[in-house]
Amino acid sequence: MTAAAATAKEPPRARRPGAWALFANNRLAAAGLVILVAIVLVALAAPLLPLPPPDITDPANRLIRPLQEGHLLGTDQLGRDLLSRLLYGTRMSLAVGVSATLVAALIGSLLGLIAGYAGGRTDNVLMRGIDMLMAFPYILLALAIVAVLGPGLMNALYAIAVVNIPFFARNIRGITLGLARREFVDAARLSGKSNVAILGTEILPNVLPTIVITMSTTVGWMILETAGLSFLGLGAQPPQADLGSMLGEGRKLLFNAPHVSIIPGVMIFAIVMSINLVGDGIRDLLDPRLRSGALARPAARTAVNRESVADAPREENANALLALEGLNTRFEVGDEIYHAVNEVDLKLNAEDCLGVVGESGSGKSVTAMSILGLVPTPAGRIVGGRVNFHGDDLLSVPLERLRTLRGGAIACIFQDPLSSLHPLFPVGEQVAEAIRAHQPLSKEEVRQRTLELLQLVQIPNAEQRLSAYPHELSGGMRQRVCIAMALANDPEVVIADEPTTALDVTVQAQMLRLLNRLRRERNAAVLFITHDFGVVSEICDRVAVMYAGRIVETGPAEDVIHAPAHPYTRKLIDCVPVLGEQDRQLDAIPGLPPAVNRLPEGCAFADRCDRARDDCRVGNVELAALNKEGRAVRCLYPLVEGAEGSG
Amino acid sequence: MLLEVENLTRQFGGGRTLTGRRPVVHAVSDISLSIDEGRTLGVVGESGCGKSTFARMLVGLDQPTSGSIRLAGHDIRGGRSADGRPLSATVQYVFQDPVSSLNPRKTIRQTLTAPMRHLLKMDAGQRERRLDELMDAVNLRPEFLDRYPHEFSGGQAQRIGIARALAAEPRILVLDEPVSALDVSVQAQVLNLLADLKRELGLTYVFISHDLSVIESISDEIAVMYFGRVVETGPGSTMFHRPRHPYTGLLLRSAPVPGQRRIHGEPKPAELPNPFDPPPGCAFAARCENARDDCRASVPPLDIATPDAADPESGKAHVACYHPLAEKPDKNAPPTP
Repeated sequence: MTAAAATAKEPPRARRPGAWALFANNRLAAAGLVILVAIVLVALAAPLLPLPPPDITDPANRLIRPLQEGHLLGTDQLGRDLLSRLLYGTRMSLAVGVSATLVAALIGSLLGLIAGYAGGRTDNVLMRGIDMLMAFPYILLALAIVAVLGPGLMNALYAIAVVNIPFFARNIRGITLGLARREFVDAARLSGKSNVAILGTEILPNVLPTIVITMSTTVGWMILETAGLSFLGLGAQPPQADLGSMLGEGRKLLFNAPHVSIIPGVMIFAIVMSINLVGDGIRDLLDPRLRSGALARPAARTAVNRESVADAPREENANALLALEGLNTRFEVGDEIYHAVNEVDLKLNAEDCLGVVGESGSGKSVTAMSILGLVPTPAGRIVGGRVNFHGDDLLSVPLERLRTLRGGAIACIFQDPLSSLHPLFPVGEQVAEAIRAHQPLSKEEVRQRTLELLQLVQIPNAEQRLSAYPHELSGGMRQRVCIAMALANDPEVVIADEPTTALDVTVQAQMLRLLNRLRRERNAAVLFITHDFGVVSEICDRVAVMYAGRIVETGPAEDVIHAPAHPYTRKLIDCVPVLGEQDRQLDAIPGLPPAVNRLPEGCAFADRCDRARDDCRVGNVELAALNKEGRAVRCLYPLVEGAEGSG
Repeated sequence: MLLEVENLTRQFGGGRTLTGRRPVVHAVSDISLSIDEGRTLGVVGESGCGKSTFARMLVGLDQPTSGSIRLAGHDIRGGRSADGRPLSATVQYVFQDPVSSLNPRKTIRQTLTAPMRHLLKMDAGQRERRLDELMDAVNLRPEFLDRYPHEFSGGQAQRIGIARALAAEPRILVLDEPVSALDVSVQAQVLNLLADLKRELGLTYVFISHDLSVIESISDEIAVMYFGRVVETGPGSTMFHRPRHPYTGLLLRSAPVPGQRRIHGEPKPAELPNPFDPPPGCAFAARCENARDDCRASVPPLDIATPDAADPESGKAHVACYHPLAEKPDKNAPPTP
């Protein structure tokens, strides 16, 4: 165990654009924030400004139009200065709106937390109570509450807070319900924490962003509701200034003196609009999915940005079915460049099964996804190399051609069948769709073909299973459906990305048996991505081992496994316990793979290798041929004699 | 016996609703196992076999419907061990997914001190010392203490998960698939760490996994589960050389081994029986080549596999099968390269 080595050179934390930069990027939200801050500052400063008192009447100067000397916004029907009343009214409306939000958030969130965490009967009782609140039209409920308590700004505040409790309670309960079943809550329970401590210190911090989002999106609404109650005369009582009551008073003079009602109306509009814009901005900022950029819709194909491209495939690849030449794919996140795939050469002949082996982050999946341009852009970008399919460069063919190839001549099977099947359509429909996308067949023919495919992958009672939904099938059955979809259009190449990793061992055995049979019957070449050398032995003819985005060793599967030439391959095989060899000491690989945004010079494995010498850490180690059977290794001191490493 | 489990059963569902009775699922049925101090019990089975439910009951995260769990002779039903301390001070749990078992908004220090504070009532100085010991025990640098879970790789996070379990100074660790979410090279690091810790601290492990080779490499005793029941138990050193239950045999034939083309998938796609409507007999009968009428009529009990006084292995291995596999070690034994 050399954890010290493991952690000696840890990757620096990835730099993402900061919260503030992200917020400022959203122009509307930034504009909203500017307006809101200006309004709040002016409202707060109202007592300090040289304004006439808001409640002193002056009948002699009533209904002065705006922009007059001494009264910038004019006066109302009692001769009170409108600017002064506007600012004091804004203060009042903001204060009531914000405090109502706080009260509703506090009580609502508390109810939601308790209901979501306790579950069962408590949840039922609390949530049915909340449902009863929601059963009344909210304004009617507010009116009823004010009617009972009597008019007044404080009572209006209570009414609005009560009316809005359900929003918070329901929202927070939903989130808490999910969190309460998470493993870290179990872990806290096993740490001896009480239920109250778990709610307060484990769940609340995770719920807080949602509470803030809900608050930021409801506060504008609350201000509007306060204004509404005041407008009806149930909120602020004369002579107190409040935007709603100002509006209500001005309503009677709408034609004679429109400014008396328009001015507070514009102010309400400005406040609510700016708060909503800021709220949307905050929501986008705090939502983790939006933050990771997942909602940025990826382009239809990976961006290709090559400096130079060869005109034709290399000579040795002239007859290959699929050949990758010097493929370079990277991810650009902020200022960081992640070199996921570096100078990868792969060759797949017809009816071949090539295994690509590596640990997570070794670039094996990105390599496979680059073939059909499925690496998501933005972030992903292919910056060099050729992908030859029958000699054509797939990176430069038109999108239309690429679309017919995807799921047509080149098909994919992914690791998790549950997430690659659509949950809302029957599986038969999904297989049929794969057929229809590529073949102009009649409805009956498609159905017939779908049935054949499901029978081909040995789904029992295929006829009935046509109308089954993915959740009604076991993991193995779902993966069979995915295989059926991949085979729907008689592909020449099947890219299988860890197709058995998520399956149980007996199901995996069935699946490997099926894949092996099908690829021979159908003459399909398979690019099989896996981390398990046992699986490679079962199904692959040749194997390529990847580490830190590079191929470090390639050759016939049996030769590589029995006599690995690269120290990494050797260690990767030796660190897995083998059935029947109980007493073997596991040869763990010390440390971690290098971060692909900070690849070291020389061999990327040198820091974890006990054979590394000084020259391993300089220059570029080439993939050098080891013998005539296609074995090659990227190592200066390979474990197998037969060829000199280059260098 | 440090830990004894007798006739443990857990059912989900049941009870009345407005429209009638809710269907009952038997997650775990009638499990009896025991384990000595300082030993490792490996529990192996595929998804849906009830092994995680079993593990959660051992640490008190779930309560059995019937049956008992005894810790050093004391029933843990009340959530306390014999000395009156909470159960989690004696039995701790390591989760499968290391990252989701750590609260994303708490530092490692906060996560690790919680058991010391709540279970051991340590003061601040003791906690600091213990933190250093723990980080040292799992080979992590102390400056990691003030970081958040998302800054760690899977292997590092799992070491933290193990440190959290060890913080309570337990005698038993229940490890629920602790390495299956990790890359193979990191998996070996964690397995070696677990072996070291067991030796140094004299721990007892209940190790749950779906991976036969991992189970074989770490276990003193092995229990194979299928559809909520233990179908075979035996010593870790010999069980996989001499499987007696046809399901164990199938598992062994299904596991791929590097360098060999050997697995034989079942010719027919096979699935678990419907958990809402379990068959009256052996749950494996539908997939079993040896199944006969008596297998489908009643559930075979877990009996001593070879009641033969002359056999030194007799009494150690148990199998729940009316027609166990015959001794043909060359056919079913795992290969030796």
